[in-house]
Amino acid sequence: MTTTASPRAAGTRREPVTATASRRPRRRPFLLDLYSTAVGKKYAMAVSGIAMMGFVLFHMIGNLKMYQGAESLDHYAEFLKRLLYPLAPKESVLWILRSGLVAMLILHLHAAWSLTRLNRHARAVRYQGPRDYQVANFASRSMRWTGLVVLAFIAWHLADLTFGTVNTVGAEGEFVREQVHANVVRSLDRPVVAAFYIVANLLLGVHLRHGAWSIFQSLGWNNPRFNRWREWFASGFAAVVVVGNVSFPIAVLSGVVK
Amino acid sequence: MTALDAKIPGGPLADKWDAYKATAKLVNPNNKRRFRILVVGSGLAGASAAATLAELGYQVDLFTFHDSPRRAHSIAAQGGINAAKNYKGDGDSVDRLFNDTIKGGDFRSREANVYRLAQVSVDIIDQMVAQGVPFAREYGGMLDNRSFGGAQVSRTFYARGQTGQQLLLGAYQQLARQIGLGGVRLFNRTELIDTVVVDGRCAGIVVRDLLTGEISSHAGHATVLATGGYGNVFFLSTNAMNSNVTAAWRAHRRGAMFANPCYTQIHPTCIPQSDPTQSKLTLMSESLRNDGRVWVPRRADDDRPAHLVPEDERDYYLERLYPSYGNLAPRDISSRAAKRLVDKGHGVGPLKNGVYLDFSAAISRLGRDTVQERYGNLFEMYERIAGEDPYAMPMRIYPATHYTMGGLWVDYELATTVPGLYAAGEANFSDHGANRLGASALMQGLADGYFVLPSTISNGLAPLLGKTVPGADHPAFRQAEQEARERFAGYVSRKGSRSPDWFHRELGRIIWDHCGMERTREGLEKALSELPALYDEFTKDLRVTGTDEGVNQTLEKAGRVDDFFQLGMQMCRDALTREESCGAHFRAEYQTEDGEALRDDDRFCHVAAWEWTGDPMQPKRHVEELTFENAHLATRSYK
Amino acid sequence: MSHLRNLTLKVWRQDGPDAKGRFESYVIDEISDEASFLEMLDVLNERLIGEGREAVVFDHDCREGICGTCSLMIDGVAHGPKRATTTCQLHMRSFSSGDTIVIEPWRATGFPVVKDLMVDRSAFDRIVEAGGFITAPTGGAPDANLIPVPKTVADASMDAAACIGCGACVAACPNSAANLFTAAKLAHLNLLPQGQAERLSRTEAMVEAMDEHFGSCTNHGECSAACPKEISIDVIALMNKDYRASKIRNRKELSRG
Repeated sequence: MTTTASPRAAGTRREPVTATASRRPRRRPFLLDLYSTAVGKKYAMAVSGIAMMGFVLFHMIGNLKMYQGAESLDHYAEFLKRLLYPLAPKESVLWILRSGLVAMLILHLHAAWSLTRLNRHARAVRYQGPRDYQVANFASRSMRWTGLVVLAFIAWHLADLTFGTVNTVGAEGEFVREQVHANVVRSLDRPVVAAFYIVANLLLGVHLRHGAWSIFQSLGWNNPRFNRWREWFASGFAAVVVVGNVSFPIAVLSGVVK
Repeated sequence: MTALDAKIPGGPLADKWDAYKATAKLVNPNNKRRFRILVVGSGLAGASAAATLAELGYQVDLFTFHDSPRRAHSIAAQGGINAAKNYKGDGDSVDRLFNDTIKGGDFRSREANVYRLAQVSVDIIDQMVAQGVPFAREYGGMLDNRSFGGAQVSRTFYARGQTGQQLLLGAYQQLARQIGLGGVRLFNRTELIDTVVVDGRCAGIVVRDLLTGEISSHAGHATVLATGGYGNVFFLSTNAMNSNVTAAWRAHRRGAMFANPCYTQIHPTCIPQSDPTQSKLTLMSESLRNDGRVWVPRRADDDRPAHLVPEDERDYYLERLYPSYGNLAPRDISSRAAKRLVDKGHGVGPLKNGVYLDFSAAISRLGRDTVQERYGNLFEMYERIAGEDPYAMPMRIYPATHYTMGGLWVDYELATTVPGLYAAGEANFSDHGANRLGASALMQGLADGYFVLPSTISNGLAPLLGKTVPGADHPAFRQAEQEARERFAGYVSRKGSRSPDWFHRELGRIIWDHCGMERTREGLEKALSELPALYDEFTKDLRVTGTDEGVNQTLEKAGRVDDFFQLGMQMCRDALTREESCGAHFRAEYQTEDGEALRDDDRFCHVAAWEWTGDPMQPKRHVEELTFENAHLATRSYK
Repeated sequence: MSHLRNLTLKVWRQDGPDAKGRFESYVIDEISDEASFLEMLDVLNERLIGEGREAVVFDHDCREGICGTCSLMIDGVAHGPKRATTTCQLHMRSFSSGDTIVIEPWRATGFPVVKDLMVDRSAFDRIVEAGGFITAPTGGAPDANLIPVPKTVADASMDAAACIGCGACVAACPNSAANLFTAAKLAHLNLLPQGQAERLSRTEAMVEAMDEHFGSCTNHGECSAACPKEISIDVIALMNKDYRASKIRNRKELSRG
């Protein structure tokens, strides 16, 4: 973004405005071209958001297996590693999915970061009096912060249950990644950790609520007949993910899942 | 007194414009870029002229005092734009639009100009639709029309209640395209403060940058003033706060004659004034009169609320007095009828300064939805301002100054009496005679800008090819700049006690009282004795705070009020010397037995064009005789 | 007609574009509730001039809510507390005696402050100049009824075309985004049959011009809530869709040519 030329100080001649529409043609791959504008970056945020929404939904559904016992969850983990096996080598599909997810996360973060910078610059001088927002809600205004908390949670979550570095390694001995059920129970049995999970997932829900609705706007999916459904979808999706995810620490703490 | 030559082409009326275009001199495409045209004002006339001239290849400089060309006051026109398309098949034609306009103007306009306007009206609609103006449509996708005051056919095209906005945005978009392409140079927040004449020809203009206070000169081969009307001389009018007469007046002071300044139109459907600090009046589209019925209580000083006044105690006076036009009687006639009843004590509302415009019959006949569809935004606007719901209780309306038919005198080519200086739109006097029909202002602005000026300007420029014209460094420019600098520095250094607004309010009160809806010799003479005294006070007791550098809105206002004073004196002089009633100019001494305007065709079938003599109280009167070869010079009757 | 008494105005005063501004407080002892907000400022200005001080600079013109010249952030809301109403149409009956009213200019990097409450909104003109038009040179238009426009389409186009270019959308947006303004102009032209030929090139040019001056949309909806013409954010979705198409389909068409 370039800054609009500021009106000149008294005593200097202003130049007339003319030939403002002469712009140089851009020559670059169209995805980069698209991504160069704010509208394009929002498009990237929406697409990466959809990918990650798919992930959180299936991640939650997969984890429901813990209610069927350790064997079921561990078996599900094994199933993920064997996706399309033996057509594809073991874990290959999983790694493709993982790299895709990481790429989407990076894209989402980069777009968010550059849009935030743009927006800060777009109001270099802030309002000096208090604002009175009319419709902007907590969800829409806190996307940056809920997003950062969720990011921190993802990092911690990976350290806890994928790498085991912050998992409790007690009497049972070394962290064994394949013992998914045991790892989860051991982790969520710690009240502080469980509380962190709950808080992080509630914020994830807030993030999803605004994000899932925004997707439709950013991608231009708009039809007056279905526009009401966009709100319902966003709220419903966020609720499903949050209820599912929050149920796990509660189930562990209350002893429903052992 | 010299007779003015309007340069009307010969031949039958219907062929004049075609004949003119066929013989007008042209500038070849490669030579057009050698000519620089200065366009002042960015309303319908200015924006459309600038865009079209730039499309043709001329170098155009556009000046506007607004921050953006899109703000010009054309934007506030609500009702619509007339065109003789006859899409309704109700018997409309170019001839009928011509006749209606001549009759509406009470036989004080120039036949050839009016006929051309009616002819061109058809092209305007085509042009505006092609540009993307979202006119109202029928379900089949065809354009919809409504009827309007002073016409018995439906020929008015509209875009909800925002026709002026949509047309202006259309013209602005064409202008923006040319700015983008480099065909037009835009000088925004820049106000004309003088015109410069060298060897009898307009050489350019002197402008003031409203952001910096800097005064500079611009030379051009032709200059177009499309700077609107002077209704704000009344202080309270429906004009925008910044609308002013300065550009036209400064041109007048340099030799351009000013025609018919007393022809000021009062619009019948405005929201009455509600408190003393009020800064302007708001117009409600006249289209409301299509479905609203105007009435007052039969009994004077009737304090009952509208719904408690029984049907037989209501006086639907327009329907009673003018049965064939009813509520659609022309503006001046409906306005005066309202004034007479209010003066007799039949006024309604807390200040007893209005008449009712009642939609209850329309709501029961058409249903609330249809009424809402047609007038919804006007009803909302009324509710916002008056704080009353017009679906539940009748609106209150009263006439207010709205449009000025007078303006710079122009000939058939829209050229003023200063060669090289043109005037377009409301700034000229040309097409509406003594009274303008509803939905004709938009038509005239666009006709002038899109279709007339581009043809006539080339005729004026062609002989200049190869000749040098004075540049902005010519001593005449330097001198005009110096005078302007001194004038503006003078306002600041006066250090009196009254603000420009105070003087403006006082000026407006005198003009409204004595040169408003009804004029008398006595009143006009009184005004002409009070105005010089007040003007004298203005020159001594004005207070402008701040400096003449940087933004200073008080200083801008001072310059404008100065010019309004001088115009006001000429207006009263014009009204005094026109000893007849015609159209919007109503002299109480000259009326029929039933109170209608009484024209004097023997003595006043002419345009009065005033020449500046250096003293605003002593302008010199010239006339252009009007001849009616096609329209039948008759007493106007809307009964 | 009744009166409001004892209003305290906190008005932003700033001598020039680069000067440092500050709030100044003024007390209005009495004002009619029929007065408009700007008439209240007129009264203040008359008083300031009387006291030999400079009047508060603010943009205004038609005072009927259509020209889009007036602005003002009033108590943290663009155009003040009444919905679908410009500052010039806001009346004092929306306030009560004893109120303190904070008045600030629009704040956005794309709308630099000129003086006091006046800002420069020229960036909007730059967006329109980039492509907010239908190329139709004067004189060549076919008969108006040769282009039928379904009533629903004309109405939808008119809804968007109602934009007055006041900039409240930018002022209200937490990100100073001009998406509602740009998208409204695009929807006006892109919905009409006459606008189809330039639909994609127009969208591309205008979106990219917008990008040079303003922030990005994060779908708060503040713009639409502040819009005096209540333009829906649906138009932004339409713009986003057309912009994507401009990058994909328009390229194909260009490479063919």
